[in-house]
Amino acid sequence: MSDVAPKELRIVGFLCNWCSYGGADTAGVSRFRQPTDLRVIRVPCSGRVDPLFVVRALLTGADGVLVSGCHPRDCHYSDGNFYARRRLEMLKQLLPFVGIDERRFHYTWVSASEGQKWQQVVTNFTKQIHELGPLHEKKEKAV
Amino acid sequence: MSTEKLKETIQKVFPDVECVICWQEGFDKLHTTPLFITTPDQTEKVVWNPLCVQNLAAYLPSMKGKKVAVVVKGCDSRTIVQFMQEGLIDRNNVVVIGIPCRGVVSVKKVLAATGQQPIEDVKLSDGNIIVKTLKGEKTLAIADVSPGKCKTCQYPTPVIYDFLVGEPIESDKPAESVYDDVREFEKLSLAERKAYFEKEFGKCIRCYACRNACPMCVCQDSCIAETRDPHWITQKMTPEEKMMFHMIHSVHLAGRCVECGECERVCPMDIPVAKLKKKINSAMKELFDYVPGVNPEDKPPMYTFNVDEVKIKEHKL
Repeated sequence: MSDVAPKELRIVGFLCNWCSYGGADTAGVSRFRQPTDLRVIRVPCSGRVDPLFVVRALLTGADGVLVSGCHPRDCHYSDGNFYARRRLEMLKQLLPFVGIDERRFHYTWVSASEGQKWQQVVTNFTKQIHELGPLHEKKEKAV
Repeated sequence: MSTEKLKETIQKVFPDVECVICWQEGFDKLHTTPLFITTPDQTEKVVWNPLCVQNLAAYLPSMKGKKVAVVVKGCDSRTIVQFMQEGLIDRNNVVVIGIPCRGVVSVKKVLAATGQQPIEDVKLSDGNIIVKTLKGEKTLAIADVSPGKCKTCQYPTPVIYDFLVGEPIESDKPAESVYDDVREFEKLSLAERKAYFEKEFGKCIRCYACRNACPMCVCQDSCIAETRDPHWITQKMTPEEKMMFHMIHSVHLAGRCVECGECERVCPMDIPVAKLKKKINSAMKELFDYVPGVNPEDKPPMYTFNVDEVKIKEHKL
């Protein structure tokens, strides 16, 4: 299936139940071709995503982390993604400070009807991670 | 002598409060320890000098419900303002005795300069500290042995107080220079920064002293670094777990850290723990024009939002 590179990398996606998870479903139902590196974790809202989820994932084996929620103003719980936006932006600025490439973490907004957009987000993000290569290569070789 | 004035002020607040938190001389002349006094006649033990480094405001949330007075320097007073913003203390129950401060002494730096010798005597005289050890006397300028926070101090006079001991003083340090060290560090390449933190956090023994001393770490025994459910980090001493702990500490202090420097002061391994927090604070200043612990009416940026964020740009892939 993967049309990016032969070796798969580990990308963790936190998708909000109401928009992005639906968007990913729409993309699937519409049979859009997508890379298969992304492993999806469904969360009730992007406001549920603790920035530490992302940190933990990146430290313990993920090569990239994608967070996606409803568009601002469209949150099912009315203001969850407003909080998420502030937290994730803070994290986006903190990660490069400790030496983790900020391109390994991306947050975006995809609604349930945007199957096409979801396909683009996944394809582009996976491509970006493949360009950066694995994050834990040294450690995995040692094992 | 401002110690005398401080004692007078403490005598004055007494009938109204149950307890006054101040400093006393510690096990040697170089150290001071916190002193909790409950009757006016105990005030003779009180000291105030540049060796009074500990942030006493950190005790306030644990004494909520009691009427307490606390002695604070400029930097410590920001802690009180931050507690007020977060509703962690009741301002009516706290009497703040502020002291304008021209900079304190880093005990670690003094010990390093005197060769880690046992201290026999310490004298303080206008801007100098004279330390007597078995190997003789050494005179050091306080400005040379002050912790990093004093070098860019913007609040020498407490930002909030009921009584002020001494005359208010203005900061003579430029406000733009506060985050110079962060900007300087960011000039390094990604790999260099990674190597730096791997080396520094590699020293961490996970004693959690930084967390215990932190005035804003109010979860204490419920800290997710120690809970089994949720089990955020393991007991392993790997670089990843150490890094994770410091990320937990910094992310939980996002937009809350008042830069009192307690975490670095107590670190037994000399890790620059506050660096990550300073970076987040500089981001908060840029994104939300927010400085923690300055205005009691402010709301910490992570506790609120704007529908249209002016400074947050959407990231493109």
